[in-house]
Amino acid sequence: MNVTAIQGPGGRWMIPPDCKESMDRTLIGLKGPLKTPIAAGHPSMNLLLRKTFDLYANVRPCVSIEGYKTPYTDVDLVTIRENTEGEYSGIEHIIVDGVVQSIKLITEDASRRIAEYAFEYARNNQRNSVTAVHKANIMRMSDGLFLRKCREVAENFKDVKFTEMYLDTVCLNMVQDPTQFDVLVMPNLYGDILSDLCAGLIGGLGVTPSGNIGANGVAIFESVHGTAPDIAGLDMANPTALLLSAVMMLRHMGMHDYGKKIETACFDTIRDKKVLTGDLGGKSKCSEFTEEICRRVRDMD
Amino acid sequence: MASNVWRSMLSHVVGAAKRPTVCFRRGLQTVTLIPGDGIGPEISVAVMKIFESAKVPIQWEERNVTAIQGPGGRWMIPPDCKESMDRTLIGLKGPLKTPIAAGHPSMNLLLRKTFDLYANVRPCVSIEGYKTPYTDVDLVTIRENTEGEYSGIEHIIVDGVVQSIKLITEDASRRIAEYAFEYARNNQRNSVTAVHKANIMRMSDGLFLRKCREVAENFKDVKFTEMYLDTVCLNMVQDPTQFDVLVMPNLYGDILSDLCAGLIGGLGVTPSGNIGANGVAIFESVHGTAPDIAGLDMANPTALLLSAVMMLRHMGMHDYGKKIETACFDTIRDKKVLTGDLGGKSKCSEFTEEICRRVRDMD
Repeated sequence: MNVTAIQGPGGRWMIPPDCKESMDRTLIGLKGPLKTPIAAGHPSMNLLLRKTFDLYANVRPCVSIEGYKTPYTDVDLVTIRENTEGEYSGIEHIIVDGVVQSIKLITEDASRRIAEYAFEYARNNQRNSVTAVHKANIMRMSDGLFLRKCREVAENFKDVKFTEMYLDTVCLNMVQDPTQFDVLVMPNLYGDILSDLCAGLIGGLGVTPSGNIGANGVAIFESVHGTAPDIAGLDMANPTALLLSAVMMLRHMGMHDYGKKIETACFDTIRDKKVLTGDLGGKSKCSEFTEEICRRVRDMD
Repeated sequence: MASNVWRSMLSHVVGAAKRPTVCFRRGLQTVTLIPGDGIGPEISVAVMKIFESAKVPIQWEERNVTAIQGPGGRWMIPPDCKESMDRTLIGLKGPLKTPIAAGHPSMNLLLRKTFDLYANVRPCVSIEGYKTPYTDVDLVTIRENTEGEYSGIEHIIVDGVVQSIKLITEDASRRIAEYAFEYARNNQRNSVTAVHKANIMRMSDGLFLRKCREVAENFKDVKFTEMYLDTVCLNMVQDPTQFDVLVMPNLYGDILSDLCAGLIGGLGVTPSGNIGANGVAIFESVHGTAPDIAGLDMANPTALLLSAVMMLRHMGMHDYGKKIETACFDTIRDKKVLTGDLGGKSKCSEFTEEICRRVRDMD
């Protein structure tokens, strides 16, 4: 399926109708990287997808990969980012010459929705706690509203521990001891920052999975790295991020056994260090790395 | 365009003229000392002892900053504190306890507004002997501290919908950018990186970025780069050595300065300085008051001491700063006399005495 933007009647940009029809029917999508249009006249495709399917939750599980060395060994957390409002509402104005304002919007509905998703995710994935990340000491009304909704939703999920922490304190603690964190839920900008910070802890965007949950049952899983045009078509790419996103997708669909099998084959391959793509420190081709994982999967039967 | 350059050059010259030159009246410069609460008084005593061992030509003027209500009910810092700071222009401050339901704004906020402390500066350098996952951190975060996301302007639009306003102005952006480049030049740093999200916040962060680019034109000896905030975070935890001086608006600075403090070991070992518009500079430790160990001779004075070293450098007393900093780092690296938070069993006074001893031995 292709998502190149097209202009519909009235000049409004939209994703191709056949892509929309497919997603509405299948409800599950797996997506690779899209190139960012510069001066193409239309908004980013990621933004179009987000709005078309109301993808309100961006979910990134960050788990340390044995064999892929980073300064951290035991990371196992999930960032859940509200992806429709907050600081990214895009509402900006010039007040007078040299003075600009940018508006951050927080609504009760969006805050409740993301909090509910976070607690349900925690429950469905046997996670112990959910931490709301905020700056309500400074942004008393906006982050205060977000926090209040999280607290209210927490009341309905007594089996999951609920904590709150300032964003700056989270960052301070995250780089000293990430094992203290489990599921983190937060508004848009904080989520943008924290999800990338956490991806860095486990080795970067090349090995990090990501999922986007929409309002009407749609879910799109995607790798969040770039298109890497310099190595495209040269059989050098590392498919790990997209593969782990596909594993996330299998779990979302309830196919836990398949997900576990594929994830294990992938992690075992990386840990063994015999067949690794260039970015993982090896010399193998993408097809060789892929075949190694296939071999391990077949051997598991 | 030309008039902007002229205005910028003029303010640069004026700013330099306003900056205090080291003034050895009778051989001593006066510094306002605000010990603060909790462990504040004991770590202040530690710093004073170490300075005495190094024979630093400074005299301390102690002041208290408990908020008082002036005529008309407006909250302000005590007049004798303001008078002292306006005269000495240099302050060293310990941690202040945060008032809960005290009816007045935070003291840090009052100080910031009273002295227009527009730049928050945190040098983060890895401390040999204090193990963290990173070994070679050497960067500086420079945070615009007056506007941005922390303007405090919020409204309920309708029930259940709240807006919070982020303000970016040309003047504040230019001012912080100029400070960052001047800092880089004065401290022999190679590059300044503007941290932003102008791809999403095109107008506000776009304005900030434009000002940084304009100021960069006047500092061709310093390399200028730009990077998205999320990319900075992603890269920072993988390889912090790629960063040098970072300049950014308020919220991003709040996050990044704490992230970087975490890289070198936390707030207990991180120095901080606040630069004001009229030549005032206040250096402070940014950890809490630690009431549970206050008065028990257990506190670690490193953060306040390193802030005092930053202060000495700001005052042009580089040799004294280097001496004290070396004694402190050597003590930590040796690992024989360390406070509890550094993994040792020594008292604050023992740790302090060890640094004093090393300082005296250097003469």
